[in-house]
Amino acid sequence: MSTPLLRVTDLQVEFPLAHGVLRAVDGASFDVQEGEALGIVGESGSGKTMALRAIVGLLPRAARIAGGTVEIDGVDVTRGGGAKLRELRGRTVSMVFQEPMTALNPVMRVGDQIAEAPLVRLGAGRRGARDRALELMRLVGIADPSRRYEAYPHELSGGMRQRVVIAIALSADPKLILCDEPTTALDVTIQDQILKLLAALQADLGVSIVFVSHDLAVIAQTCQRIAVMYAGQVVETGTVAEVFREPRHPYTLALLRSVPDFDLVRNHLSSIPGSPPDLASPPQGCRFHPRCSFVRPDCTQAPIPLIALGSRETRCLHHEDCAAAARAEPVVTGV
Amino acid sequence: MSIAAEVVTEAVIAEHRHGFRRRWYRTPSFVGGVSILGTMVLLAVLAPLVTRHDPTSQDLLHTLQGPTSSHWLGTDDLGRDVWSRLVYGARTDLRVAFLAVLFPFVIGTLVGLVSGFYGGWIDTVTNWLVNIVVAFPFYVLIIALVFALGSGTRNIYIAITIVGWVSYARIVRGEVIVAKRREYVLAARSAGLSDARILFRHLLPNVITQAIVFAMSDIVLDILAIVTLGYLGLGVQPPTADWGKMIADGQTFLTTHWELSTLPGIAVVITALGLSLLADGLADLLRPE
Repeated sequence: MSTPLLRVTDLQVEFPLAHGVLRAVDGASFDVQEGEALGIVGESGSGKTMALRAIVGLLPRAARIAGGTVEIDGVDVTRGGGAKLRELRGRTVSMVFQEPMTALNPVMRVGDQIAEAPLVRLGAGRRGARDRALELMRLVGIADPSRRYEAYPHELSGGMRQRVVIAIALSADPKLILCDEPTTALDVTIQDQILKLLAALQADLGVSIVFVSHDLAVIAQTCQRIAVMYAGQVVETGTVAEVFREPRHPYTLALLRSVPDFDLVRNHLSSIPGSPPDLASPPQGCRFHPRCSFVRPDCTQAPIPLIALGSRETRCLHHEDCAAAARAEPVVTGV
Repeated sequence: MSIAAEVVTEAVIAEHRHGFRRRWYRTPSFVGGVSILGTMVLLAVLAPLVTRHDPTSQDLLHTLQGPTSSHWLGTDDLGRDVWSRLVYGARTDLRVAFLAVLFPFVIGTLVGLVSGFYGGWIDTVTNWLVNIVVAFPFYVLIIALVFALGSGTRNIYIAITIVGWVSYARIVRGEVIVAKRREYVLAARSAGLSDARILFRHLLPNVITQAIVFAMSDIVLDILAIVTLGYLGLGVQPPTADWGKMIADGQTFLTTHWELSTLPGIAVVITALGLSLLADGLADLLRPE
């Protein structure tokens, strides 16, 4: 395989606390190939958003990258000043945010917001930038772009706003788009439209996408590969099809079991017992062991590394047990 | 998009497409403020056309007279026409007040923008300076500064700027600290835009509203300061007409000719009312949706 467009290796993001540190991300590793869509799934506080923001160097001021590397196009961006990273932002990597209302400047016309990067980053000239913005608006499915160009964000519906946010993300022609829960704030029908749009852009423009979500169904719809995060760590990676059919980490299995599925009639919807660990003092050994139904004595000893299984990886010593349980009672149909 | 959704979107656009231009006349305080202030400014600008006497020419044979057809509001102790002095006084005081608010507005806004955005030592130093200025009562500081610098309009500008910028810096700094955490700033960063562009193109238009509204009420404060300085003999120098000086001059005759001090006093109150209404109206109109 060629060099991946994005390679994150053992990324660590820390927040200093009054006593000690909080590791919001503690060992995130994943690759994104050119033209590929990777889904990162995890519950709130699993570090998925922080991992995403670390990639573009936009962590909150208190946080810092404590270890690991982020290679974009083969260049490690965690080293060597902000200038290099700023050059990459927009041009190589851009972001789509969760809340389209707050991600747009309320007092600037949406067209001008889309035209801004072409104007100042690509040197397109006023006329050229405007034309580029209109073209992008058409591309993301905004009807009557020349009129909507003049609109302010509050004059548009939520779905339209998210289309504008996507157009802004595309405006400097990046190779990789990082999406932070881009459909969470939208209602279900609009959510579906936006997901289809992102999938179409990936297919037509060949951009790579990293898609952070807590919603497995959304990831299944848009991504080819998946990375599951728990308590700041990536616990399992693989193609969506393999992971959904035969999860090899008990957390993934539990997550899949807690999704309502109307094709596969279950008589109850399971939830995961307990709650996620305190990241300031995570459990010894496997971080999921206090909540795991497959737990054995060796799970609590030493930290578990990512174990490679062909094209997949897992952070579980007893992944065979997990896979067997999934085979005995399938979790998802039609994948 | 389905036709129904399209129709809904159109309706939403139509409903929100009012903005400033379509709404200002439905905001009574804005209309009231603009009318009062507009009349004042118009009179001041057209002063030579609406008065019949030079505001400084004395007529010692006709001092302290009541209203006549020639002197609409009578004459003062030196026989000068009171109406002319009021109108020319508006000319002086309004111009000085508007200019006096401009420098602190610009300087304070820039300082607040930078210190709020970058924080750190810049913010610390700014806060020291702000706290030093705020520690003194407004008038004490203004009077002390003008006293030290000498009277006259130029020194009034300098004194008011030294004292006035802190309010704008505090207002804008606070707004920036809130606004810079908003996602659109993060989005602008993730697009690789420079700090200068984020500050002036994205943050400034979002935070300037409060500063503009405050500037309107600040003009009131400045007019009062100028009038006070004039009253104390530290402001606009005679023979130029100025409301403060008129109040001070009329004081001697308060028991017999109370109108000499009261009329310029009323002019101050009306101007202040107009500006306050304008500030209220602007606050309503410029409030983000």
